[in-house]
Amino acid sequence: MLLQISEPGASVKPQQRLAVGIDLGTTNSLVATVRDERTVVFGDAQGRTLLPSVVRYLDGGAVEVGYEAKARQSEDPENTFVSVKRYMGRGLDDIAEHHGAPYHFVEGEGMVQFDTRAGRISPVQVSAEILRVLRDRAVAELGGELAGAVITVPAYFDEAQRQATKDAAKLAGLEVFRLLNEPTAAAVAYGLDNAAEGVYAVYDLGGGTFDISVLKLTRGVFEVLATNGDPALGGDDFDRAVYDWLLAQSGLNGLSSSDARLLMVASRVAKEQLSEQSEAAVDTMLPNGSSVSAVLTREVFAGLTQGLVKKTLAPVRKALRDAGLAIDEIKGVVLVGGATRMPCIQEAVAEFFQQTPLTDLDPDKVVALGAAMQANLLAGNRAGGDWLLLDVIPLSLGIETLGGLCEKIVPRNTTIPVARAQEFTTWKDGQTAMSVHVVQGERELVSECRSLARFELRGIPPMAAGAARIRVTYQVDADGLLNVTASEQTSGVEARIEVKPSYGLSDAEVARMIEDSYLHARDDLEARRLREQKVEASRLIEATESALAEDGGLLNEEELEVLVKGLQVLKGAMDGSDWQAIKHAADALNEASTEFAGRRMDYQLRAALTGQKLDSLGV
Amino acid sequence: MVGAPRNYFEFFQLPEMFRLDLSMLDSHYLELQARLHPDKAAHLSDVEKRLSLQWATFANEAYQTLKRPLDRARYLLRIHGVDTREEDNTAMPAEFLLEQIEWREEMQDAVTARSEATLDRLGFRLKKEMDQLIESLGALLDVEQSHPDAAVLVRQLAFLEKLKRDLDQAHALLED
Repeated sequence: MLLQISEPGASVKPQQRLAVGIDLGTTNSLVATVRDERTVVFGDAQGRTLLPSVVRYLDGGAVEVGYEAKARQSEDPENTFVSVKRYMGRGLDDIAEHHGAPYHFVEGEGMVQFDTRAGRISPVQVSAEILRVLRDRAVAELGGELAGAVITVPAYFDEAQRQATKDAAKLAGLEVFRLLNEPTAAAVAYGLDNAAEGVYAVYDLGGGTFDISVLKLTRGVFEVLATNGDPALGGDDFDRAVYDWLLAQSGLNGLSSSDARLLMVASRVAKEQLSEQSEAAVDTMLPNGSSVSAVLTREVFAGLTQGLVKKTLAPVRKALRDAGLAIDEIKGVVLVGGATRMPCIQEAVAEFFQQTPLTDLDPDKVVALGAAMQANLLAGNRAGGDWLLLDVIPLSLGIETLGGLCEKIVPRNTTIPVARAQEFTTWKDGQTAMSVHVVQGERELVSECRSLARFELRGIPPMAAGAARIRVTYQVDADGLLNVTASEQTSGVEARIEVKPSYGLSDAEVARMIEDSYLHARDDLEARRLREQKVEASRLIEATESALAEDGGLLNEEELEVLVKGLQVLKGAMDGSDWQAIKHAADALNEASTEFAGRRMDYQLRAALTGQKLDSLGV
Repeated sequence: MVGAPRNYFEFFQLPEMFRLDLSMLDSHYLELQARLHPDKAAHLSDVEKRLSLQWATFANEAYQTLKRPLDRARYLLRIHGVDTREEDNTAMPAEFLLEQIEWREEMQDAVTARSEATLDRLGFRLKKEMDQLIESLGALLDVEQSHPDAAVLVRQLAFLEKLKRDLDQAHALLED
C-alpha cells in the first residue's frame, strides 16, 4: 500500500538535504557544511574562508561586505561597520563602552540604530548583509536551495541578542534550524573528531564576546552542565588596550574617526604579531600627518591586558561552581576563538586549570565546523551519525513582584526546552487586570535585570482580593527563546494572552525590511516567496512521506487516504507558481497530519524504553 | 494523548520510591530525549516540531524533579496527597532553628574574615548533614511510609538547601 505513495520512477534513496552551519562572529564569519561525510568550510573566489564581519554602505544603495569593506574602514568609518555583533539587541544605555566607535548612534525601539548615508540601519540589517553573502556562497557551492541553517551565538547571549540574530537570519532568507551556542558547537566538533569522553571546559574568547561552557561528553550525548561569560569582552578590548597605550606613548589625543580607526587597525596588527614573536614594532603615519611609532613587547602587552585576562576567569569560576565541579575534575580545556591565540591567554588558562589547553583545532573554524555537523543532523541526514545535544539557558528568567523585586521562574543553567509556571493573585477587590513584567538576569532588583517584555492580562472576572489564580507560564524552546503565557484559572472564563518579548524587531518590522531590501531590486519578492514556500513544501512532503513509510501502520485505511490525498494536492500546487496555493495546501496537510504525529510520538515514547538502547546510536 | 503517563516515575518506567536508581534514571532520560528532543524533529512538520517541544519539555521537568532529592521527596509526597506546605508551615524543632542561626553566624564570620577555608569546612559539614537527612528521608518514605514525618524532614532539607545556595554565594563574594 505504501508503495502507491511515491510516484513511479521516483527515487527512493533519501536525498541529502542541503544544510549549513554559520559562525556569525564579531570579527570574522564563516559558513561550512558536511559533504560526503566530511566537513568543508566554503571559501570565496580567492579561496579565503574567513569573511571579515565588516559591512560598508555606499552611495546608491550598494553594500560592500568583507575584505573590501574592511580595507575601506578608516576612509569611511561612519558608514563601515565592524564588530556590529556588539550592538545586536542592545539599547543605547547598554553600550557605554562604545567610546571611540565612529558611528552615528540613534536610539531605536529596543535596539540602537545607525544613521548612514544609506539611511537609518539596524544592527540586524548589518548582520543580515553578512549572512546573505555566506548564504549565497553556500548556495553557489552546493548548487541548490538550502533546507536550513544552524547559526551560532555566544552561549551568554541573552534573549534580545538571540532574537536579533534570528531576525537577521530571517532577513537574509535563511531557514533557521537552530540557534546553537558557540562553545557547544565547538564541543560537538571536538568531541566527534576525537571520540572524547568526560567533562570538558570550552573557553571561547572571540572578537567581542567571552563564553565558558562546561560539558559532559558521554557516548553520543553532549550535555552542557553550566555556562557563563561576558557578552562584552573579547579580542577587541585587547586591541583597545594597545590603542590606549599607543595614544599615551605618542601623546596624541582628539583623533578624528579616520585616524582613530587606522590606529586601531595598527593596534590589532601589533597584538596579532605578538602571538608569533616577542615584540612588535608599530610605525604608522596617520592621515592627519602625525606619526606613531613604538615597540610593544610581550611583557608590556601582558601588563596592559592583565585585567582583561583576569576578567575572563571570574565567569570560569562561576560556571564550575554552578556545575558543582572542582578543577581537577575537568578532563580537557578546549580553546576557541581567534583571541585564544594570545600566549597570555593560553598561559592563564593553563595555570587556572593546571593543564595544557587543547589547541590542536583551528580556533577560527571549529565553531563553524560544529555548526555544520549539527545542521546536517537537524536536516535529518542520518548518514552523518546521530547524537543528542542538551543545552542550557545562560541567564535566569524572572518576573517582577511587589517592591520591584525579581522572582526567578527559570534559573540559569536549566536544561532546555523547559517550561515553568508560577501562580499569582490579585491584591485589590474587583481587580480585572494584572500587569506582567518579564525580566532576565541574576540580580534581585528588577531595575538591575534586563527587561524583556511587559504585558497586561485583562478580562479577569471581578473577585475578592486574593481569590483569582493567575498562572504565568514561561516556555523556553531549544533555541533558548522565551514565550510567556498567562491565564486566570478559577473562573470558567479563560483570559489568556500570548506574548513574544517585544524588544528588537516585531515580525511586521522584519517583513517590512525584507520588502525594503527588494526595493533595491536585488531579487524579486514574489520569486523569493515562491522559492521559500517550495522549500518549505518539499520539506513537508519529505517529512510526511518518510513518516508514512516508517509508521504508516499506525493509521487505518481511511486516515491514510486523507494524507495521501493531501500529499497529492500539495505536489500539484508545487508544479504551479502560485505561492499562496502552495502555502494553503501545506497548511492543510499539516492540519491533516496532527493526529498521526501524536500517535507517532506516543509510539516513540513507548519504543524508547522497551526497544533500542542509546548505545546503538553509534557516533 | 494516548500515552500520557500517570506520573514522572511511570514516565521513566521506574518504581515509585525515594531511593531511586539514579543511573537508571539517567539512562532512561537520555533514551527518551534521544527520540523526543526538538533536534530530532527539526526537519519534520510543524505539528511534529510542536509535539516534540512539548514532550522534551515534559521529560526535562520530570528528570529534574526526580534527580534532586528534595524535589523527588516533595513530588513523592504530592503523589501520596501530602502537601509539604513550605510557604506557611514554618514550625520547626527549636534545636534545628538554633542550629540554623549558628550556621548563618559562622558563615557571616567567615565572609567578614574572608576565609575561604572556613567556608569550605562549613560546606563539608553541611553536606554531611544533608546526606544524613536524605538517608532518614529514604527510611521514612520507602520503608516506614510515614508521610507526615517525611514532610517535616522535607521542610528541614529545604532550609539546608537554601543555606547551601547562600554558602555558594558567599564563595562567589570572596572570589570577586
